[in-house]
Amino acid sequence: MRSAVDGAVDAPLGLLAELTYRCPLHCSYCSNPLDLAAYADELTTAEWRRVLAEARELGVLQLHLSGGEPLLRRDLAEIVQYAAELGLYTNLITSALGLTPRRAEQLLAAGLDHVQISLQADEAALSDRLAGTPSFERKLAAARLVKDLGWPLTLNVVLHRHNVDRIAGVLELAEQLEADRIELAHTQYYGWALRNRGGLLPSRAQLERAQGVVRAAHERLQGRMEVIYVLPDYHSRYPKPCMGGWGRRQLTVVPDGGVLPCPTAHTLPLPRASVREHPLRWIWERSPLFQRFRGTEWMPDPCRSCDRRELDFGGCRCQAFQLTGDAARTDPVCHLSPDHGLVAEAVAAADEAARRRDAVLTPRRPGAARHPGTTGPRA
Amino acid sequence: MRSTTPVQTASGDRPRLARHVRLRFDPARGQHVLLTPEAVTVLNGTGAAVLELCDGQRTVTGIVAELRGRYASVDDAEVRRFLDRLAARRCLELGDAEVGRA
Repeated sequence: MRSAVDGAVDAPLGLLAELTYRCPLHCSYCSNPLDLAAYADELTTAEWRRVLAEARELGVLQLHLSGGEPLLRRDLAEIVQYAAELGLYTNLITSALGLTPRRAEQLLAAGLDHVQISLQADEAALSDRLAGTPSFERKLAAARLVKDLGWPLTLNVVLHRHNVDRIAGVLELAEQLEADRIELAHTQYYGWALRNRGGLLPSRAQLERAQGVVRAAHERLQGRMEVIYVLPDYHSRYPKPCMGGWGRRQLTVVPDGGVLPCPTAHTLPLPRASVREHPLRWIWERSPLFQRFRGTEWMPDPCRSCDRRELDFGGCRCQAFQLTGDAARTDPVCHLSPDHGLVAEAVAAADEAARRRDAVLTPRRPGAARHPGTTGPRA
Repeated sequence: MRSTTPVQTASGDRPRLARHVRLRFDPARGQHVLLTPEAVTVLNGTGAAVLELCDGQRTVTGIVAELRGRYASVDDAEVRRFLDRLAARRCLELGDAEVGRA
C-alpha cells in the first residue's frame, strides 16, 4: 500500500461537493443514500469555504457541485464565487429546477465555468413520470437559458429500462437544444437505484438496440455534439475503474461534512471521516477510511495477480459489498470474479422482467425507504 | 464509447481555447493544467507554451514560428499533432484564416 506517511499519496484532482440531499425530483434511479433525512445538518457557507480552501491547498482543481439539487442552497453563487477565486474549475450538476434567469446570471457573474442539466426522457409525460414531478418544460427552458448566456451545455441522461428505447429521441432533442455534449450513462446500482434494480435494469435486446442508435449518432453528429455513452457495468466483462481508484484522484464531501472516497462509500462498514472533525489533508492522506483500499496491496485474487489491477483497481468496493457482503472482494461484475453469478442472475432476471413491464419503482423521497428488508438483493 | 472526430489543423487556422476550457498554473503541482468539466490534463512546459499562444489571432504557422524563436528545436509536425488532439477533444476551436479575427 502506498503510505501517506512517506509522502507517496498522489494529490486529488476533483472534489464532488454534494451540497444538499434535498431535491425537487423523485427519481427512482437516484444513487443518493436511502436515509436522506440523516443529512439534514448541512455544512454552513463558512464551513464550505474552509473545505474548498483546504481542497485547493491539497491540489484539487475541479469542483463538481451536485446533490440532491445544489440550487436549493441559497448560498450557491457565493460558494461558486469563492471556488472561482481559489482557481477551481466549477461545474454545476443540476436538475435545472430553480435555474431562473436571475439565478443563472448570478452564477455566471460568480464565475461558474460549466453547467450539466439532467434529462429524464425526450418528452414531457414520460420525463415527468420518471422525475416524479412536472419538470420537463422547465428543464428545456433552463437548457435554452444556459446556451443564451454563453455557457456550453452538457446534458446528462441516466439510462434504464424505461427510457433506453428513447435514445434516438433524446439525441434529437439535444440537437434542437444545441447541446455541446451529451452523456448517456446507464444507471449505476447504488442507493435508490439498487433498491429499484429489478425494475430498472434493461434487457440485453434493449442494450443492443441502444448501442446501434448511439453508433449511428456518433457518425451523424461528428464535430457538432460530443456523445458520451457509458456502458452499463452489469453487462460488461470487466468492472469500471471506480473513481479512478480508491482515494487516488477524487473525493466526495456529503452535505453534513462527511468525506468519502466515492459518493456511495457510506454504505461500507468503515470508519467515518468528517471535515467537522479533521482537516481535509489528514482525511485524504492518513484517515483509515481513505487508506483502506488505496493501491493494490489489499486485493484478493483474482485481482491481485491480474494484469488489469492498475486499470480497474478491482472495480467498485461498494458494489462488492452490496452484492457479496465483503467490500474487499473482486467486483462481481468482473467475469473472473467467483461471485459473478450474482450479477449474471440479475441480468437474466432483467431480460425476463423487461418483457413483463410490471415493475413497481420506489420514488426517491425522505422516509420512503423505511421499510426494512428491501435495501438490496441480499438484505 | 466516446465520439472524437479526427481533426487536422491547417496552417492558416487560428486556434483558441474553447469557452469552457481553462488553462491554469497549478502551484500545488508546479505545472500548467488544462481544465475541462470531465478531465484535468497536466501539461509539460512546451504544451503550456503552445496553448498560451492559442489566442484566436495567431495562425498555426505563426505559433510554430513564435516557438522557434524561444526553443532550440521545434518539431512542426509534433505541434500540429498536439493541436489536432486537443481540437478533436473540442478543447480548441479553430477560427480559420478567412474569418480572421472572429
